[in-house]
Amino acid sequence: MTAEIGQFCMILALLVALFQVIIPQIGAFKKDYNLILFGKYAAIVQLILILFAFLCLTHLYVTSDFSVLNVWQNSHSQKPLLYKISGVWGNHEGSLLLWVLILAIFGAAVAAFGKSLPPSLVGRVISIQAAIGFGFLILLIFLSNPFARISPTPIDGNGLNPLLQDPGLAFHPPFLYLGYVGFSIAFSFAIAALIEGKVDAAWARWVRPWTLAAWSFLTIGISLGSWWAYYELGWGGWWFWDPVENASFMPWLIGTALLHSAIVVEKRDTLKSWTILLAILTFSFSLLGTFIVRSGILNSVHSFASDPGRGVFILGFLILTIGGSLALYTWRAPSLKGGGLFSPISREASLVINNLLLMSATATVLLGTLYPLILDAISGEKVSVGPPYYLATFIPIMTPLVIVMGIGPMLAWKRADLSGVLTRLWLCIVVTVFAALITMFFTYRGPILAVLGMILSVWLITGALADFIEKIKLFKGSINDTYKRFVNYPRSAIGGTVAHAGVGVLIFGITLSSSFEVEKIQSVKTGDNVKVGDYIFKFKGTENVKGPNYNAVRGNFDVYLGEDLILNMQPENRSFKNPEMVTTEAAIYPRKLGDLYAVLGEKNPDNSFSARLYYKPMINCLWIGCLMMSLGGFISLTDRKYRIGAPRKKIIEKDKPQGAV
Amino acid sequence: MKKNLLFIIPILIFTLVSIFLAIGLFLKPKEIPSALIGKRIPTFELPKISKELNGLSEKDLISGKPVLVNIFASWCGPCRIEHPLFMELAKNQEITILAINHKDNPNNAIRWLNMYGNPYKKIGSDLNGRVSIDFGVYGVPETFVIDGNGCIQYKHISVLTKEILNKEILPRLNGKKHVKCN
Repeated sequence: MTAEIGQFCMILALLVALFQVIIPQIGAFKKDYNLILFGKYAAIVQLILILFAFLCLTHLYVTSDFSVLNVWQNSHSQKPLLYKISGVWGNHEGSLLLWVLILAIFGAAVAAFGKSLPPSLVGRVISIQAAIGFGFLILLIFLSNPFARISPTPIDGNGLNPLLQDPGLAFHPPFLYLGYVGFSIAFSFAIAALIEGKVDAAWARWVRPWTLAAWSFLTIGISLGSWWAYYELGWGGWWFWDPVENASFMPWLIGTALLHSAIVVEKRDTLKSWTILLAILTFSFSLLGTFIVRSGILNSVHSFASDPGRGVFILGFLILTIGGSLALYTWRAPSLKGGGLFSPISREASLVINNLLLMSATATVLLGTLYPLILDAISGEKVSVGPPYYLATFIPIMTPLVIVMGIGPMLAWKRADLSGVLTRLWLCIVVTVFAALITMFFTYRGPILAVLGMILSVWLITGALADFIEKIKLFKGSINDTYKRFVNYPRSAIGGTVAHAGVGVLIFGITLSSSFEVEKIQSVKTGDNVKVGDYIFKFKGTENVKGPNYNAVRGNFDVYLGEDLILNMQPENRSFKNPEMVTTEAAIYPRKLGDLYAVLGEKNPDNSFSARLYYKPMINCLWIGCLMMSLGGFISLTDRKYRIGAPRKKIIEKDKPQGAV
Repeated sequence: MKKNLLFIIPILIFTLVSIFLAIGLFLKPKEIPSALIGKRIPTFELPKISKELNGLSEKDLISGKPVLVNIFASWCGPCRIEHPLFMELAKNQEITILAINHKDNPNNAIRWLNMYGNPYKKIGSDLNGRVSIDFGVYGVPETFVIDGNGCIQYKHISVLTKEILNKEILPRLNGKKHVKCN
C-alpha cells in the first residue's frame, strides 16, 4: 500500500504544481491577491504531498520492501539502518524525489516567510518555482518512477554500491541538492523581476539571503564529496576534476559571483542586468550538472546508470527552461536601468573584477568538461581532459582573484584611495613577502607553485585579519570603543571576513599538502619497515575480519616517530557480497601537522601486499578552510537586515489593498 | 541598439552548448575503440596446459575462417559468468573458439575446465601474460574476433553478454561485418 500512496501523492503534487504555475501568475498580472494567496497555499500543499511521498519511499527502504523495484535494486535486508535511509537518495529515482522535495521546501518557504515581499513578486516566484517542479515531477512519474513494483517479489535486494555506504556520502547528496536547488529561488526571483521589469535594492536584499544559504549548503556538499573521495576512494587525492565534480563546482563558482554582485545591486543600485544574468546562469549550471550526472553523457568515475530516454527529456527541459529564460533576458534586460556610477578604483570595481574572473574560471571548467564531448562530436576522437589542463588554466585566473580579494573589502564604495589602502596593508605585504622567502628557502629549486600558493594564502589571511582589526579599531581606540565597534560590526561583514580567511586557509592546505606530500607505493612483507618522511611504518601482517555485510583483509601497521611507537594503523580491503565488489578502506590518522594515510592493496603471488603510504602535511586545513567558508555564509545570514525588513514595510502598505493577503 | 546586441550573447552561447549536448547524447563515451582493430595479430606460440589439450600459436588463428579468441583465467570471477555462453556457442560446430589462459596455473585451469566444461578447441598457456600484452588486453575476460587471415576484427572487454554476441560478434563471425587489414 505504501508504494501506491507515495505514487498517488506524486500525481496529486503534479496536479497541484500545474495550478500553482498558472493561478498565481494570473493573480500577479491582474493584481488579484486572492489568486496569489491560492498560490501560497498551493506551495504549502505541494510540500506536504512531496514530503509524504518521500516518507513513503523511506518507509519502503527501512522495512526492506523488495516488491518495489527501486528498493530491490538498491537495498539489502542486511544493510545497516543508516545506509537503508541514505539508500533512498543513493539512486537515480530517489535522488530526483529528493531534488523535487527540496525544491518544494524552498517554494513553501517563500510562501510562508515572504510576507514582507510585494505580493505580485511572491506570486510570480511561487509560479516559476512550481514550473520547475512540474517538469521534474513529469520526469519522476513517467520516466523514473521510484514506486514501480516487481513481480514476483525477490527474497533479498541487490544492495547498495559499497563505495556509497559511508557516512560522508550519506549526507553529501542532500547538502549538494540544498545548494543546487536553493539557487532555484534566485532564478525564480530573477525571472519574476524580468517579467515585472523592476530590479532594485530591495529585490537584491530578498535574493541575497537565499543565495547565501544555497551557496553555504553547496560549499558543505562539495567539501563532503571531496572528503569522501579522500578517505574512501583510497587514491590519496581529494579533487580529480572529474566531470561530475566539475558539474557541482561550476554552479558554485557562478553562485559566488552572484553572491558578490548582488551586494552591488543592494548597496549601489547598479549592475542590475548583470546580476539577473548571473542568477539565471547559476541555476542553469545546476540544471546542467543534473543533466551531466543523470544522462551519462560524459565518462566519469561516478558512472550512474544512464538512460538516453531520461537524457533526452532532461535536455528538452533544459532547453525550455534555460533557453526560455535567456530569451526573456535578451528581450527584457536592456530596459533595466542602471543606477550609481563608480570609478575604476572602488569597491564596485573590485567586485566587477571578481565577477569577471569567476566567470572566466567557470568558462574554463565548462570548456574542459565539455571538450571531450565536443571533439567526439566533431571528429570522433576520444580524449579526456585531466588535471594538467585545469592547473594550467585555473591558477592564472585564481591568482589575480585572490590578490583583489585581499584588497577589495577595504576599498570604499564609489571612489577609493588605492595607495591609502595599500599603505594600511603594509604589514600584510611584509608578512606575505617574508612567508614567500621562507617557502623559497625550504623548497629551494622546488615547485614554484608552492611559493605562489603561500603568497596567496598568507596575503588573504592577513588581509582579512587586518580589515577586521582596522574596522573595530583594535589597538587604536579605547577598549570600550573597540568592544562597541565589535558588537555593532555588521554580521554580513564578519561573515565575509571569515569566508575570505577560509579561502586563505584552504589555499594554505592545498599548497602544503600537495608540495610537501610524501608518497610510498611498494609491496610489503610481514616485518618490513617503510620510511615515509619522518615516520616509519612497520608492517605486522594481515588478519581476516568479518563486517556486517562484508569480509575484509585487515592490514596492521605500527607507526614509529624516531624510536617511539605512536600508533597502530589498520587499513582494510573489503569484499562485499551484495553487490560483489572490493573496496579499500584507507586508514587515516590525523596529526596536528598532517595526516598519516595508509592503503592496503592486492595480495601479490609471493604473499606480500602492495601498500600505499602517505604523509600529507596540513591537509586538515583543506576541510577547515571549507568549513570557514560555509560558516562565513551562515554568519552573514544572521545579519540584522535579513531579520528585520526595515525599509520594506512602506512598499507593501502602498501595494496592498485593504484586507487582502 | 548596439548595446542591446550584448544581451543576445548568453543565449547564443547556450544554443551552441545545447547543440553539442544533443549530439553528445547519442555518442557513447564508454566505447573505447581498440587500437588493434584492423591490425594483424602478433606472432606468438603458447604451450599447452595439459598433455591432452593443444597449445596455441598464431597459425591456429589464420585458418581461413573467422575464429573467436577468449582470454580467461581460473582466478577470474566474471569469466565464470560468461562461461555458459561459450559452452552454448561451442555446440555449434561451425564456430571455433580458442583461448588464451591468462597468468594462470595450468593445473588450476584444468580443474576449472573440468568443473565448468571446456568450450575451447585449443588453449595456450600465457603464464607471464606477455602475449596478452601484445594483444592489448586490459584485463580478463576479453573476447576477440579474428578473421581467417589473422586480422583483428573486434574486441569485447569484460563479460560477454547475449546482446553483444548477437549484435557484434555473430555478424563478424559470418563475415557480414568486416574490416580489412593493410
